Amino acid sequence: MTLPPSIPPMGQREKLLEMSNVDKVFNGNVVALKDMNLTVNQGDFISLLGPSGCGKSTALRLISGLMRPTSGQIAWEGGMKTGDLGVVFQEPTLMPWATVEQNVWLPFRLRGKSIRDVQDEIMWALKMVGLEKFQKSYPRELSGGMKMRVSIARSLVTEPRLILMDEPFAALDEITRHKLNNDLLELRDKLKCTVIFVTHSVFESVFLSDRIVVMAARPGRVSSEVTVDAPYPRTEEFRTSADYAELCRKASDALHGAMNEHGARASA
Amino acid sequence: MSTTDMNAASSTAPVVDEEELRYARAQKREKIGKWLLPILVISLAIFLWDRVVVWNEIPHYILPGPGLVVKTLIQDWGMLSSALWVTVKITLAALSVAVIGGVGLAILFTQSRYFEMSFYPFAVILQVTPVVSIAPLIFIYVDSRLAGLLLCAWIVAFFPILSNTTLGLNSTDHNLRDLYKIYGATRWQRLRYLQLPTALPYFLGGLRIAGGLSLIGAVVAEYVAGTGGIGSGLAFRILEAGYRLNIPRMFAALLLIAATGVVIFTAASLLSHALLHKWHESAIKREN
Repeated sequence: MTLPPSIPPMGQREKLLEMSNVDKVFNGNVVALKDMNLTVNQGDFISLLGPSGCGKSTALRLISGLMRPTSGQIAWEGGMKTGDLGVVFQEPTLMPWATVEQNVWLPFRLRGKSIRDVQDEIMWALKMVGLEKFQKSYPRELSGGMKMRVSIARSLVTEPRLILMDEPFAALDEITRHKLNNDLLELRDKLKCTVIFVTHSVFESVFLSDRIVVMAARPGRVSSEVTVDAPYPRTEEFRTSADYAELCRKASDALHGAMNEHGARASA
Repeated sequence: MSTTDMNAASSTAPVVDEEELRYARAQKREKIGKWLLPILVISLAIFLWDRVVVWNEIPHYILPGPGLVVKTLIQDWGMLSSALWVTVKITLAALSVAVIGGVGLAILFTQSRYFEMSFYPFAVILQVTPVVSIAPLIFIYVDSRLAGLLLCAWIVAFFPILSNTTLGLNSTDHNLRDLYKIYGATRWQRLRYLQLPTALPYFLGGLRIAGGLSLIGAVVAEYVAGTGGIGSGLAFRILEAGYRLNIPRMFAALLLIAATGVVIFTAASLLSHALLHKWHESAIKREN
């Protein structure tokens, strides 16, 4: 599999997907998402950061097509096919009765391809997450971090145009989370993939992304966007640098701004 | 002695402390006890049964000793074995139909909510009405005695399979269901690759219950059906022996029914282990 050329700098990227004036209302009165506008470009690593109830997960479900917007539009450049999208959930979401390679095979299996026909793709995806030696293992034989890697391999195997990650590392311990953060960036550098990453953590969003979309709650909406202009590759050194601390402060301020916006409205 | 010697010793022989030793001993004891204890207790019970009969000089037409029961079993083996065969045949046939009917209905239920809403009440009504009270009607309407027996045993056995399998089919991980949707899975693919494997442990739990119930169903139905002659099962032999006050033969037939139940349960448990031991929590042994 040939790798695409490097990711162009922000501002020179081609458009992949556009959400315009997207509203989602549940039960006729619960506004989960109000007037969301977001342009996703090829190569973007976007974090959706916000308190619970801000509609982050709703936004992901709308983009993935699991839900339709109440009003507004989500348009993919060139239309969207199955396999254009990879998804990683907060839980590894593996089938316990299937081996690692059978789990990664799933997107192809549902398209009627035999495991032998896509053996190369499966092994490539497993190699990308460093689990090529575990193809015959069952999920229960793996640690939490390894299960998450299998889940990531499954999302990569179709070479999707966009990967959605819904708080994928929230349930892991901090050491494993840092390791997977580093590996995810390395993977992104290799594959030049586009990622939308939902998180509660300011630190995680700054470390990973080049764009942080800060969201506010009740009703769920976009509050502001923070650009993280630190260069990639980002290593462990970046994690302890002054730049990182400064960026975290900026993102944290934006998040507090979003929370106060809500507070002001609630008390008004 | 030098330090290097000590290091060498510790790297070849694993260090086992007092607690680990105690734990290992307890494990070993438990392993032996698991087999030895039941055998001992059952042997003791049989011995006491024998002693009670001998010491109290209980006549064999009231309570036969275990020796006499075994002797009768061997003596009447020709008659009892053909009766056993009839009962086993009905039980297994009823269980098979219960599996096919239970799983089939469960699949239909999960494919259509409206179908489930319409027919679930019937399944519950069939289940809660005692089979003894339906059986006489069944034998009025159904001409074939064998078909009637089968029907009774089926009514008793199919419900646990139906309800367990339905529960299993509906217990799929909701994220996995979303994933299947995102990848454009068809209804059939979702059933085959996701719902059926999820339901397997539930189904096997139902099968273990249904195995015992189909035997009960077969026996109860035969009590009700009554008419003897060729092709009568163990239940009829028990009734007949009771009329003739041939208590040892009653015990011998009872022994065979109990043994059949144990064999069915064991077979279902083995099947369950064979299908689940690689991945399901219930079949996995904890290391510590």
